[in-house]
Amino acid sequence: MKENLIEFNNISKFFGKVIALKDVTMKLKKGEIMCLLGDNGAGKSTLIKTLAGVYKPDEGEILIEGKKTIFDSPKDALDIGIGTVYQDLALVSLMSITRNFFMGREPIKGIPFLKTFDIEKANKIAADRMGQIGIDVRDPSQAVGTMSGGERQCLAISRAIYFGAKVLVLDEPTSALGVHQASMVLKYVVRAASEGLAVILITHNVHHAYPVGNSFTVLNRGRSLGTFNKKDISREELLGMMAGGEELNKLEVELKEMNRINN
Amino acid sequence: MSEKAKSIASKKVSGQDERLQKVSKLKLLLNRPELGALGGAILVFIFFGIVAGDTGMFSAYGTLNFLDVSANLGIIAIAAAMLMIGGEFDLSIGSMIGFAGICIAIPAIYWGWPLWISIIFAFAMAVLVGYFNGILVVRTGLPSFIVTLAMLFILRGATLAITRLITGRTQVPGLRVLIENDPIAWMFATDTFKWLFTWLGSMNLIALRTDGTPLATGIPPSVIWFIAATLFATWILMKTRYGNWIFASGGDKNGATNVGVPVGRVKISLFIGTAVAATIFATIQVLDAGSADTMRGNLKELEAIAAAVVGGCLLTGGYGSAIGAAFGALIFGTVSMGIFYTDVDTDWFKVFLGAMMLIAVVFNNYVRRRVTESK
Repeated sequence: MKENLIEFNNISKFFGKVIALKDVTMKLKKGEIMCLLGDNGAGKSTLIKTLAGVYKPDEGEILIEGKKTIFDSPKDALDIGIGTVYQDLALVSLMSITRNFFMGREPIKGIPFLKTFDIEKANKIAADRMGQIGIDVRDPSQAVGTMSGGERQCLAISRAIYFGAKVLVLDEPTSALGVHQASMVLKYVVRAASEGLAVILITHNVHHAYPVGNSFTVLNRGRSLGTFNKKDISREELLGMMAGGEELNKLEVELKEMNRINN
Repeated sequence: MSEKAKSIASKKVSGQDERLQKVSKLKLLLNRPELGALGGAILVFIFFGIVAGDTGMFSAYGTLNFLDVSANLGIIAIAAAMLMIGGEFDLSIGSMIGFAGICIAIPAIYWGWPLWISIIFAFAMAVLVGYFNGILVVRTGLPSFIVTLAMLFILRGATLAITRLITGRTQVPGLRVLIENDPIAWMFATDTFKWLFTWLGSMNLIALRTDGTPLATGIPPSVIWFIAATLFATWILMKTRYGNWIFASGGDKNGATNVGVPVGRVKISLFIGTAVAATIFATIQVLDAGSADTMRGNLKELEAIAAAVVGGCLLTGGYGSAIGAAFGALIFGTVSMGIFYTDVDTDWFKVFLGAMMLIAVVFNNYVRRRVTESK
């Protein structure tokens, strides 16, 4: 059996009186895509920020390749190979594609104390990488502000894959995208997993999650409802487990009732 | 897909993308932040060329005069611009100038320190003040506007109180005699290219004094510092990793932090930069005047910010250039001196300064929209 690449054991996080996460446990192997599902306020954002080193858990432990790990800063998480794509994408719209792509990790050249940002190499890599995800960058020195929402998402994902060697964490990567671009992104995610990355895909869209996920963890009001393998659960059951699912069932019943009265 | 994508990508890198329109040089220039200031500077020179062309404003002596004023402002404007690109303000620059002045003068005159040690002491104090400003802003998360406004009062007050306590006055004269043979002071007090001006004088190309020496003796040290600061700051912003971090810190603090940019360290270093620039300004002026005055540098922080804004820096951070700030300073210096050569009452200078800033802000807004929305 393969070793777990990343393991969360009973992670809890509190903000004052608010319990953002309580006893969340999950595991992930290489080459696996785990979808983290939950409605707004379920604690998804807190969980990824814990994973990315922004927050430190108040209880519980994080194991990376079996070793207990504490991230002191986002840089620690990056260095260990956890690449996170936030919903806000961490892109500066006034800066160029290349400068965004290498923000914080610029390639340098030259002699010590006079090292310069190797912008030619950076331009080449950025254009190359964007090409692989299917976006043809006409001019890598153009400002990110000129790109469409979908293109920005692809840039952020492409950047995380380039730098995040082991685990890719995607926060709602498809929520801002059209059907075509969403499926393109999901295809790319599957390909990344097949090349040996572990992927954590955060979404509230079961229809995007179910086709690509190997396992599914459902969060509800800060607690995990459990992790399920794909063969053990159906799309409808997953939808039902999310808080929204229950509401939708109620809504359906109410609508039927209204129809009956109207007729 | 990957093979195809790779072939597309490699084609693009090796040659030109066939869909990439040939963009004219002019259009590229239109997207640069310093364009407004460059245009403004050209307009200012044309204006004074017409109204004051025959008054001696553009003689060697007159030119060095307005260049000196521009350069002094430029040294602090460039540091202020870097800080603004990094997303913060420093309102304590003017007070730091006064403080640095007495940090040089009091030890040198009253405590008997060698002048060069006093100068190094002043720079050490600048690093401390800048670090303190930076760490306060970064740690508390308070707007730098408020933190450095407080520092504006604290530094100015301390400068006045300490000076009066030690000397009983508000001015410390007597520095001029110490400059000679000092191992450091010459860097802030020596005119350069004297041979050029002597030669030009001997060829009767520039105005001479009655004793036959040229009226303009050489390039003042402020101009050399100004040019060096412009080149250094531009190199940092455009060509180094740290420069990319400055843009990122000012453009989106959270985003930059999330991808591993040490935003706090970047901002603190930029605050140290403005304090050190203020000290360079102070050292040049104190050695030139031979005395330190507690009110030196009053309101200079606002002129520096104005020059940076005219130079294309956005108040919201993340965008701007050092060359733009240099041109902004050149505009202000040229007008403040040039106005003496015209019939216009010098009282109108501040009106001009304000109007220039307003036009610049409106124009910069337009440029930013072009940069981020032009597809």
